[in-house]
Amino acid sequence: MTNSAAALPSWQPAALRRHPLVERYLPVAVIVAGLIVVWYVAAILMNLSLVRGAFEREETAYTIGDLISGTMSAERPLLPAPHQLLAAFLDSVFGYPPTAPRSLVFHSMVTLSATLFGFVLGALLGVGLALLIVHSRVLEKSLLPWIICSQMVPILALAPIFIVVLGAIGLQGLLPKSIISAYLCFFPITIGMVKGFTSPDPMQLELMRTWSATPRQVLWKLRWPAAVPYLFASLKVAITISLIGAIVAELPTGAEAGIGARLLAGSYYGQTVQIWSALLASAVMASGLIGLVGLAERGVATQMGTRP
Amino acid sequence: MASREPKRYIVSEPSASLRPESGDYPSTANVISMSNKDAAAPPESSAKRLVVDASNISLSFETADGKVDALSNVSLEIADGEFVSFIGPSGCGKTTMLRVIADLQQPTSGSLLVNGMTAEQARLARSYGYVFQAPALFPWRTIEKNLKLPLEIMGFSETEQQQRAEKYLALVNLTGFERKYPWQLSGGMQQRVSIARALSFDPDLLLMDEPFGALDEIVRDHLNQQLLHLWGTTKKTVLFVTHSIPEAVFLSSKIVVMSPRPGRIIDIIECNFPRDRTLEIRETPEFLKIAHRVREGLRAGHAYDE
Repeated sequence: MTNSAAALPSWQPAALRRHPLVERYLPVAVIVAGLIVVWYVAAILMNLSLVRGAFEREETAYTIGDLISGTMSAERPLLPAPHQLLAAFLDSVFGYPPTAPRSLVFHSMVTLSATLFGFVLGALLGVGLALLIVHSRVLEKSLLPWIICSQMVPILALAPIFIVVLGAIGLQGLLPKSIISAYLCFFPITIGMVKGFTSPDPMQLELMRTWSATPRQVLWKLRWPAAVPYLFASLKVAITISLIGAIVAELPTGAEAGIGARLLAGSYYGQTVQIWSALLASAVMASGLIGLVGLAERGVATQMGTRP
Repeated sequence: MASREPKRYIVSEPSASLRPESGDYPSTANVISMSNKDAAAPPESSAKRLVVDASNISLSFETADGKVDALSNVSLEIADGEFVSFIGPSGCGKTTMLRVIADLQQPTSGSLLVNGMTAEQARLARSYGYVFQAPALFPWRTIEKNLKLPLEIMGFSETEQQQRAEKYLALVNLTGFERKYPWQLSGGMQQRVSIARALSFDPDLLLMDEPFGALDEIVRDHLNQQLLHLWGTTKKTVLFVTHSIPEAVFLSSKIVVMSPRPGRIIDIIECNFPRDRTLEIRETPEFLKIAHRVREGLRAGHAYDE
């Protein structure tokens, strides 16, 4: 340790280098900074011809400096610069009351409610199907191919059909979107839980047999606790898929609210900054949701005495 | 069961059945009575309750390489309170025999009574506790909760569960570890928990499949002594599968020597050391004599291959 500290450049104090916060966040910060630099360069290159065209149409003289500053502040850039995006994002999040149709918080909440409801439906369906598959050979043979087929059809093609059919029987708003979310997110849960329910050691299963435990006791005292790590791994995948499902479900309805609606409106009117803001909002939601599942996982792991 | 043939007692001198032969074993040689003494005086053996009464058990299964005879015409009687070791090379069917008695595997033919019932009835009546090669504890349960698991399944009351958990943890010297999780215990301690768990619901019969196989010699000696002490105090019948000759001779009141291809019994050796024996008996001439006979039996079984 002392050797490597001595080998550090003199401008970097060894104490700072060794600080746990620095050790934890420095690599992330370096990568983010690198990405931002790449982003700026890309913004300049991609918006350059746009800005040059504008100057030439107005037949004004321009310098390279004018060109570059133009690429940073174009109204409808091909690629908005990071600071432009951040400003627009913060404005649409904090600049309006959360109930206003221009507020990103309003749209995020609409999508989030469909995501969470769809996630709960999908989790119940996923675990239920896994239980059926684990307990019956016949069901395994008959259900599994259909479950796999269900995921081969592109959801973009299916979503309008779902919306129309459900609309015809009077279901509108939250429920159709949640159903599409559930349709997408049950799959990783089923696959993960089939694996989880069959994960107990043969010896543990035979012990249950020697105690002549009922199938229900085997499920609750052995299969279910053994499947918990698999459950959380698949829930993490499922919750992001659920969010994507909710956004995709908002596209074909021409929905007036939700992240999907923002994306659609942005692309109609060439509002690239609005599209990027909506994307950023969905990324923030996705990482928040995964964080929550991770938190729940850690809580349950502590309860179950998992080796740290 | 009622139509079963009367039991045959085929007396064979151990030396005769141990003779290495190049050809097939005569089929009758596989049916061996408990001992000459039993054969000479059947009424005496019927006076003691039989915990295991197996006759002509065979078990074969098909594999990619052809038919495998895991057990071939195995007959065996085990009386209440005995400590019987099964010893033999890999593939001799000793574990299979234990699993058949536990109704974890079904024999192809033959008849078997466990505690006077069929193996399945005996399992459903929770007549035996089974200890595997590995502790197979449930990692998400504390030691105490692991011990209570069979009791929960069998519907014991909360207070009864608590009393028994305390009693049997004390019996295997693990008081104070109630709140620990399995990964916090050493391998030997974990195996002691699994023995306590098998005893917790007080079965008549304890089936142990190489329970100390993965442990080092010193821990093994220690646990062997503890097991003998348990056997002495609880008066249970123990069936014990092992690879180790000293372990078998030290623990048993009876040693069943088995041989592979097909899996069969080639000798049954009485071993009448007092119940409160100590590790020192391993240096006595009687001990060495019995160990020698076991080794001879194992060698005879092996000669078959060469």
